[in-house]
Amino acid sequence: MRRVLAAAFACLAFAGVARAVEPDEMLSNPVLEARARAIGRELRCLVCQNESIDDSNATLAHDLRIILRERLVAGDTNQQAIQYIVDRYGQFVLLKPPVEPATYALWFGPAFLLLLAGAGTVFYLRRHRPGAADGPRPLDAEEEGRVAELLREGER
Amino acid sequence: MTASMRRLLFVLPLFLFAVLTGYFWLALESGRDPHDLPSAMIDKPAPAFSLAGIDGAAGLSRRQLGGGVVIVNFFASWCIPCRLEHPLLMDLGKRLDVPVYGIAWQDKADDATEFLKQLGDPYKRVGLDESGRVGINFGVYGVPETYVVDKEGRIRLRHVGPLTEEDVTKELAPLVKELGRS
Amino acid sequence: MIVELGHFALVLALVISLAQASLPLWGAAKHQLGMMELGRGAAIASFVLVALAFAALINAYVTSDFSVVNVVQNSHTDKPLLYKITGVWGNHEGSMVLWVFILTLFGAAVAWFGGNLPPELRARVLAVQGMIGSGFLLFILFTSNPFLREIPAPANGQGLNPVLQDPGLAFHPPFLYLGYVGFSVAFSFAVAALIEGRVDAAWARWVRPWTLAAWCALTIGIAMGSWWAYYTLGWGGWWFWDPVENASLMPWLAGTALIHSSIVVEKRDTLKSWTVLLAIITFSLSLVGTFLVRSGVLTSVHAFAVDPLRGTFILLLILVAVGGSLTLYAVRAPTLKGGGLFAPVSREGALVLNNLLLSCAAATVFLGTLYPLFLDAVGGPKVSVGYPFFNRTFAPLMVPLLVAVAVGPLLAWKRGDLLGALQRLWAAFAAAIVVALVGLYVTHGGPVLAVFGFALAAWVAGGALTEWAERVRLFRAGPSESARRAIRLPRAAYGMTVAHLGLAVAVAGFAGSAFEQERIQEMRPGDVVSMAGYNLQFRGVEEVQGANFSADQGDFVLSRGPETIAVLHPERRFFPLQQQTTAKTAIHTNFFADYYLAIGDPDGKGAWAVRAYWKPLVPWIWIGAVIMAAGGMMSLSDRRWRVGAAQPARARPLAAPAE
Repeated sequence: MRRVLAAAFACLAFAGVARAVEPDEMLSNPVLEARARAIGRELRCLVCQNESIDDSNATLAHDLRIILRERLVAGDTNQQAIQYIVDRYGQFVLLKPPVEPATYALWFGPAFLLLLAGAGTVFYLRRHRPGAADGPRPLDAEEEGRVAELLREGER
Repeated sequence: MTASMRRLLFVLPLFLFAVLTGYFWLALESGRDPHDLPSAMIDKPAPAFSLAGIDGAAGLSRRQLGGGVVIVNFFASWCIPCRLEHPLLMDLGKRLDVPVYGIAWQDKADDATEFLKQLGDPYKRVGLDESGRVGINFGVYGVPETYVVDKEGRIRLRHVGPLTEEDVTKELAPLVKELGRS
Repeated sequence: MIVELGHFALVLALVISLAQASLPLWGAAKHQLGMMELGRGAAIASFVLVALAFAALINAYVTSDFSVVNVVQNSHTDKPLLYKITGVWGNHEGSMVLWVFILTLFGAAVAWFGGNLPPELRARVLAVQGMIGSGFLLFILFTSNPFLREIPAPANGQGLNPVLQDPGLAFHPPFLYLGYVGFSVAFSFAVAALIEGRVDAAWARWVRPWTLAAWCALTIGIAMGSWWAYYTLGWGGWWFWDPVENASLMPWLAGTALIHSSIVVEKRDTLKSWTVLLAIITFSLSLVGTFLVRSGVLTSVHAFAVDPLRGTFILLLILVAVGGSLTLYAVRAPTLKGGGLFAPVSREGALVLNNLLLSCAAATVFLGTLYPLFLDAVGGPKVSVGYPFFNRTFAPLMVPLLVAVAVGPLLAWKRGDLLGALQRLWAAFAAAIVVALVGLYVTHGGPVLAVFGFALAAWVAGGALTEWAERVRLFRAGPSESARRAIRLPRAAYGMTVAHLGLAVAVAGFAGSAFEQERIQEMRPGDVVSMAGYNLQFRGVEEVQGANFSADQGDFVLSRGPETIAVLHPERRFFPLQQQTTAKTAIHTNFFADYYLAIGDPDGKGAWAVRAYWKPLVPWIWIGAVIMAAGGMMSLSDRRWRVGAAQPARARPLAAPAE
């Protein structure tokens, strides 16, 4: 708990300081730098847990950005560089959760919900169509007469 | 759609809500801190490292962790919660009968030396990880963190945050005992 | 003394709220006018009392009364007056008082302006408001009391977090609360209608103004929060899918579905149970949002002081409020007889589609926000769900919705002609194609999704204008006839047109963010950086002093060719009390694009880290939101709402109503 407060303090303490990616971290090779930025945006900062390492001002984020660039310069592919960090910090560090059995409900949930709700809507629309079997049926002549009489009464 | 099916449909929102509340209740009751992350290094071998020491002493390297059960504690002079757990660390080694090693994470030699002078030195050996890289190889994301490494050199436990008496009696002591036996 | 009066006022407000929660219900069941009218008096009284308590708290802050724990934790004598006042709601306890203040404000408004409501309905609505109020007042008094004293009083306080010392704090929370607490009225109306067993066109007409008002406020509140994050955090992000942001977006999505759904109830007497459910769900989402922010089960940069006891209390509150209303729904809703029939392709059908897509969108945001919690609770792995998930699931849901926004209003009620409507939208379609082609040309072929976004925005705008043009018979009748019709159009019609146009503007703004450019580098005085046709020259840094901070202020000249456009002064502020540094960015906007500048750390050798961004169309995000809210307010000002369904001359005596 104490550490949480310390972390929250650290995040807020630096919040707003225009740090995040700093000029002296950036690689001179623009292709590698672009890759590093793209990957950085996909990795979660574990100190300020709702920012990517690209955006975060925490020291750990700074270190990870540098390590990421080192791996890319050393020749790692994007996947290998990401795996290097995931090996040490786990899946939680990925802002995009992996698609695996534990997260099927997450990834397929929205589409599934849409289909289910869509099917329900189709049923609903069919029930409420004019001429639908179990909707209210139109009035017959006798009922029309009663309606007319009631309206006349109401106007008196 | 039959009438009873229709009625059941109206109960669905309530049912979903009940499930949701159940989850919230579980989350609250568990007291789990959403900031606490499980270590990705559990059961993996502790990373190799070789660090210089502080205050003229020899440093710490992976080899020196030895072939038995050890505790590695990451701390820093600028870390306030570290001060909270320090008294417990002072006699942890004796209590659990295991060597306790310290790594000063993202710290300067002078500051770490001063810190240990002020509060006492509970560690058998101390390594200075000024850049923080060794910590990153362990998967450290803040201090203090405490690791239990077994005889084969694998990480078996990571505790995030300052150690409390309860953590020692409920988590560390039983694990150290069990690892010592095997 | 004033503090104690404030405390006492809260206790008294609780007692009166309890009365408000029970007596009018009894009165409505027994048709006793006196008991029912008690609800009005109680609602107004509880508002006055909470207002007094709020004033007492503000007074404690303004006079820097450090014997009050809450003031000590959040204020300081050096803080500027604006932040002494707005800091009242910058913390958990104070913001809960603001919450209840707004809740009782709405209750009093219903009591005051709800003269045209049938007494039973009004009594029940006020009773439900009273129940919610009682729950939250209990919460405040038992777990979050801002009036606790600390004797002996410390000499000074801990100050307000520097990030919150910004005018945004003055507006963002109040508007946000006006929005999501305001939806409590729709909730109360829904529960009252379920108790009564009747949901009809009149009910929908009565509920709409309150729902619209809350929706407008929430739109503005969310837009302000986004804008504030944008100019404060230093790199120009405006939406992070942070759990607390999502907690405000979900009621907005459900609220939008609710407004549209209630139109159908009013015009066609159908979609009743769905509308009632939406009213319950919208406020329930607000309550769940309150829970998430204050219980500590999710991490968020926004989260208030974490206390599981508070979390448990709020969860119980939710259990009673939401569980109770959904139970009532399960029992009563099946008896709500639907009226109008309609073909699937019709305006009702389009609004059903609207409901469907907005609800699925809200459910998707809900799933993404809470999934890590669910997985963790069942012992699964710890995963994190960030923007990549939301971009892939939320955006695809919005696309068909935006397409439908243009088509829906052109369909007739009951049975619409889809082909005819699409044909009438030829102009909107042409505009979309033109925009797409121009977009692809100007941006040299991509990113395609963003250009598609622009085309969608053009389609929505074109659709809104086409609908208006049809109503005024533009180009078909003569100009004077069109002008006459245009003036005679009800404000609610303009409200819709304007709101949909605002949506188009905002969508264009979202799409524009794909084209931003950045320059991050070290600069020395005299260096020039060029981007998007602008030149930025760094002239140097000087130290300035603020009320409670010292700052390094950068001096930059922004020019385009030979012409100087602006002089920009971004700052790096240091607050000695909290030992924190914050950035104050400098933004130059021409309302079509923002030139965003922030200054970072010096390297000690005369160079400074400078980040400059050019963000095209980003201001349209907030301008669009303001236009949407303006549309909502236009609708709200329509005189027809004030007249209402039960006119005084025909008010019936309280004979036994058909039950």
